[in-house]
Amino acid sequence: MVCAMVAVLEIEGLRKTYRSRRRGERRALDGFDMVVEAGQVHGFLGPNGSGKTTTLRTLLGLIRPNGGRMAILGQEVPANLPAVVGKVGAIVESPQFFPHFSAQDTLSLLADAGNLSQQRVPEVLEVVGLRDRAKERVKTYSLGMKQRLAVASALLKNPQLLILDEPANGLDPGGIREMRDLMRDLSASGMTVLLSSHILGEVQQICDSVTIISLGRRVAAGPVAEVLAQHSSGGLRVRLESSADLPAAAQVLVASGVRVDIQPDHLLVSGVDKPSSVTRMLAGRDLYVSELAPITVDLESVFLELTGTAPVAGQHRQVDQSAEVPA
Amino acid sequence: MKGLVRAEFRRLFKRRVTRLMLGLLVLALGTIITAFSLASHKIGPSELAAAETKAQSAYETQLRYHEQGVAECEAAKARGENVNEQYPPDCGREFGPQREQFDAEWFLPYEFNFHDEFGIFISVFAGIVALAAYIIGASFVGAEWHSGGMMNLLLWRPKRLSVLFTKLGVLLTSVLGVSLALGTLWTIALWLIGKFDGQTGKMTQGTWESFAISGARGIGLVLAVAAIAYGLASVGRHTAMALGVAIGAGVISEIGLRIALDIAGVKFADRYYLSTYAMAWFEKKWTLEDWNACNFSISGECKPDVFVVTWQQSALVFGLGTAVVLIAATWLMRRRDVT
Ligand SMILES: Nc1ncnc2c1ncn2[C@@H]1O[C@H](COP(=O)(O)OP(=O)(O)OP(=O)(O)O)[C@@H](O)[C@H]1O
Ligand SMILES: [Mg+2]
Repeated sequence: MVCAMVAVLEIEGLRKTYRSRRRGERRALDGFDMVVEAGQVHGFLGPNGSGKTTTLRTLLGLIRPNGGRMAILGQEVPANLPAVVGKVGAIVESPQFFPHFSAQDTLSLLADAGNLSQQRVPEVLEVVGLRDRAKERVKTYSLGMKQRLAVASALLKNPQLLILDEPANGLDPGGIREMRDLMRDLSASGMTVLLSSHILGEVQQICDSVTIISLGRRVAAGPVAEVLAQHSSGGLRVRLESSADLPAAAQVLVASGVRVDIQPDHLLVSGVDKPSSVTRMLAGRDLYVSELAPITVDLESVFLELTGTAPVAGQHRQVDQSAEVPA
Repeated sequence: MKGLVRAEFRRLFKRRVTRLMLGLLVLALGTIITAFSLASHKIGPSELAAAETKAQSAYETQLRYHEQGVAECEAAKARGENVNEQYPPDCGREFGPQREQFDAEWFLPYEFNFHDEFGIFISVFAGIVALAAYIIGASFVGAEWHSGGMMNLLLWRPKRLSVLFTKLGVLLTSVLGVSLALGTLWTIALWLIGKFDGQTGKMTQGTWESFAISGARGIGLVLAVAAIAYGLASVGRHTAMALGVAIGAGVISEIGLRIALDIAGVKFADRYYLSTYAMAWFEKKWTLEDWNACNFSISGECKPDVFVVTWQQSALVFGLGTAVVLIAATWLMRRRDVT
């Protein structure tokens, strides 16, 4: 049996321009692409205002795109959305609920509207930890409790694809960890999860793959390890047998056109194509390398680099000041 | 589909606004019934006798005053004062009250007559129910949009028009059901007041039919009002949109336009007011008269120009209004970005 990777979600060239009569146009998505494969937990990352929520809203039929194509579980959307919506559970950016109904009522009404059995309601309330507060009005809930209710509403359908837009927003540390475990369990049970989040430590821990968006375009995508490796920018830590030789080695390397940062006991070298070239160059000058290691990067630094949103001392970065990739 | 219908019925009757308005509706209608049952008195021989006695005593009181006046006048005359200015000639002796001027009927208490008065009570009922239906209809979709509940629902039910019209259908069915139930109670209550505290009058098959038709008209208006409120609140995605338009329309049509047309001296200005069409709807036709024009009739009287607003015209006005609002709501529902 051939077990090809099946795309649960495909987006190609998605474009969306918000128009308002007074403030003119705002291009939120500008030829955005994304692929999420079955069974993965896929992180959807991007600076504020880069178009994540717009993408998810468009995918779920809340917004009409200006161009591009989208497919969920092999069905073209929005045309076939009614056919697949039963398999897609979603929360979209700080979800709101009718404040005077209880969590129990809210979920029970959704279950009715979706022709689901009422039995699911207590099950999901238990999962998100709202069991004992389910009869209280949503109005009286804390931010994290509302967020838990939102997750419960997304889980209610027992979906094949779970779309979560900043689900950890407002969750307490315990809640965040529970959420992480929940997503692992769901993923293990075969559910595909698309997770938009700003908590990159979290994303790095639970996501199999990521898509990074900036100014409405994809700047990077792929398995987390690959993205990290590709964008470690060839940073190397170079140690010599004698640290007295460091300045000399630095001169050699700078002369060959790579960037070098001299540290007390090693060199930080970046912009190198092949690490072996460093060894070769230095050995040619009788400088012997005792350690040559690629610098491990974390998702946060890759994200900041790719999106160009790393803070610069003395400057206040404005939203929309982020990396622009050519179309 | 069935699930959505059930969910929307449950949602409608779970809402506080719905419950509150239904409570107030029952309270208002109940108050009117209670007031009329207290005010109306059945008139029998004893009431007639009592009225006769009251008429007699009123006559006697007046007669006493008269005689007193005459006596004072005579006395003044005897003192040689000039009384011609204060008193009619001969001290008004022949202008005394007459017994037949004191009709016992005037001294009878109010007696409700079902046959004659129920028609007005149908309009009152429809007016009060329409007010409640407007608020319930507007808030049913308005609060839902505003709170984000609608967006959640669309994540489950992406066919937007089917959501819009299922909700509207549920609203109208509920309003119809409540109107029929309360309308039946209203009719029974007033009939009982007629029966035990007043008169039912001569009720024929025809009278009942005519009441039934008026009732149907009233409920038709209530449904149109509910649909308009729903449509407006859906267009504005806020309950306040519908309430604002209602107040705006009231102020513009009934006050602003009235003043403007009055200053401009427009003939039959009333035909531009919504209230005229509401009256015509209930009364089958509403005649506007222009007393500035004088058309001599054969008998030589002065007859005003008339302008008749028929119930068909009312149907057209309200029907078009409802259609325009619902078309706008549909169009926006298809097109708008839900953010
Ligand atoms: N309803 C709207 N009308 C006009 N512009 C909008 C609207 N919603 C979003 N935008 C704009 O579209 C762009 C993308 O917004 P979006 O909400 O998709 O960002 P995001 O990636 O979800 O950001 P965040 O991380 O802050 O949630 C922003 O520039 C935003 O100002
Ligand atoms: Mg967002």
